[in-house]
Amino acid sequence: MEFKLGAAQINPTLGNLDRNIEIFRRNVKDAVERGIDLLVFPELGLTGYFLKDMVPAVAQRLDSKLVKEIRRASRKLSIVVGLVEESPEHFFYNSVLYVEKGEILHVHRKVYLPTYGIFDEERYLSRGSKVRAFDTRFGRVAMLVCEDAWHPSTVYLASQAGSQILLLPASSPGRGVRKGKKLDISDTWESMVRVYATLFMQFCVFVNRVGYEDGINFWGGSEVVGPTGRLVAKAPYFDEAILEADLDMAEVRRARVASPLLGDEDLNLTIQELLHLRRTRENGGPEDEDAGE
Amino acid sequence: MKMPASKRAGSTQIVSKQAAPRKSAKASGTAPKGAKSAGNSGRPGKSARRAVPVPNNNHVPPISELEINAPLVERILVGFIENVVWKTGFARVVIGLSGGVDSALCAYLAAKALGRENVTAVVMPYRLSSPESVAHARLVLKKTRVRAMTVDISDMVDAYFARFPEIDGMRKGNKMARERMTILYDQSAALGALVLGTSNKSELLLGYGTLYGDMAHALNPLGDLYKTQVWQLGAHLRVPEEIVGKAASADLVVGQTDEDDLGFKYADVDALLYHLIDLRCSREELVKKGFAPEFVDRVDCLVRMNQYKRRPPVIAKVSSRTIDRDFRYARDWGI
Repeated sequence: MEFKLGAAQINPTLGNLDRNIEIFRRNVKDAVERGIDLLVFPELGLTGYFLKDMVPAVAQRLDSKLVKEIRRASRKLSIVVGLVEESPEHFFYNSVLYVEKGEILHVHRKVYLPTYGIFDEERYLSRGSKVRAFDTRFGRVAMLVCEDAWHPSTVYLASQAGSQILLLPASSPGRGVRKGKKLDISDTWESMVRVYATLFMQFCVFVNRVGYEDGINFWGGSEVVGPTGRLVAKAPYFDEAILEADLDMAEVRRARVASPLLGDEDLNLTIQELLHLRRTRENGGPEDEDAGE
Repeated sequence: MKMPASKRAGSTQIVSKQAAPRKSAKASGTAPKGAKSAGNSGRPGKSARRAVPVPNNNHVPPISELEINAPLVERILVGFIENVVWKTGFARVVIGLSGGVDSALCAYLAAKALGRENVTAVVMPYRLSSPESVAHARLVLKKTRVRAMTVDISDMVDAYFARFPEIDGMRKGNKMARERMTILYDQSAALGALVLGTSNKSELLLGYGTLYGDMAHALNPLGDLYKTQVWQLGAHLRVPEEIVGKAASADLVVGQTDEDDLGFKYADVDALLYHLIDLRCSREELVKKGFAPEFVDRVDCLVRMNQYKRRPPVIAKVSSRTIDRDFRYARDWGI
């Protein structure tokens, strides 16, 4: 399977759905003209990031007019978008939707909501509770949103669920400007993307936004890294762009033929030790190396 | 982080590169109350090894952690100015140009972001302002070729001072800073421009600024850069050497310099603030690193005492939804 992936490195307007749907339409049109098969937008690309009390005002039910428009657009190419999802119970999630051939194939609700430093997500949003992979016309895909990827357990779970393409939509604020270095945050993200691609032998697609919200910059630098750690494509820092990358899923196969790492993974060992950890924590005692042996 | 050199220097006076004789602290327009010499305001190891004093200290960052990637910072700040101005529906900014490095640097950044024709620099001298300041402001105008305007504030503030003969230097300085603010805001209305502020992180943390005076503005590109980082960026953008290299001064009192007012060097206090604020070091850790305890205490006190200047006025809560408490929106709400 060979296909063309696009990363829409956009600059959304904070809390302005009208303007953001225009940006969405423009990018979809552009991507169709370029022959892109799968177009991935950043985290909260339809709403902007530092929403605070705007969360309920911009939230979308999955049967909303806006989501219907996204589904219509997905007849021409597969699309991943980030928005605030409102559940029937009126809970609000930082979600990404994978939409293909008019249907929502999968919704990932961000599970790790950063609430420290400049971040305040859990004040306004509810946590997702699942990490799953799903089948698409390109192969098996998993999606994680920004902070999710800072918890390697989520990437491990996605991998064990069979992901061959890991999509990482993000809204990563730029910070750390030491001499002779790129942004501290770019450095960390780029390391993570390479490690996750290489160790789990999958394509990693990092899609970051650009622009500013209340003086905070988003640094862009979206990229696609292949299953051997090879950089497939890289978008500029700070500037809007549609990054194009040609993905050949045979590369995943080649990497997995060359190294048996994934097949050797002992899921039972992991489960056994996690259960053990949970038991000892529930018992409140200090971790005993030999307990339960 | 281990810094063995600071331990070696611990028992003796840490010789900083700018170890020039310090004048006694003077009361001034914007000096925080009680600003006095901090005595041996030591800073960590590396500087201790550079013992040879040189006249110009503004080009040597006090610690390597404060060395910035200047082109990257320039990119972020130019983008910031462009973004804030355009998204609020404006195309222009107005800047008070003092002749110092902060406002000079802002003029350079704004000209890059918006085009020099969209930047108006207002020079607002008082009759006792240093002629050097005015000359440096003119030099910036010449180099950047931004739009220029001069409004001498002597008549207006002297009229006020005449009514209060007992007025002291601090009040005079604050009055002048606020007079300038009213001019900038009036010109911003006349020109359809945003007021671009020039306060740096060192000043904001130490409270070395006039509330609703120079601290009043719509956007501030330098507020997350320490003074020693402003110097680095100034050098990178080729702000003239006589401006980057000179001793910083609020120029509210004749002959004043910031470092005399504050009682310590920017190099020292930036190193301390970096450890205190950015790295969240405890007092104990700071002393271990070679900062004099009384210096740490005084700076820590200044940062805390001036918190009010960095916050909007306090509102008494009575309703169920109060501005900035449970009414929380970004400034960039929908724009």
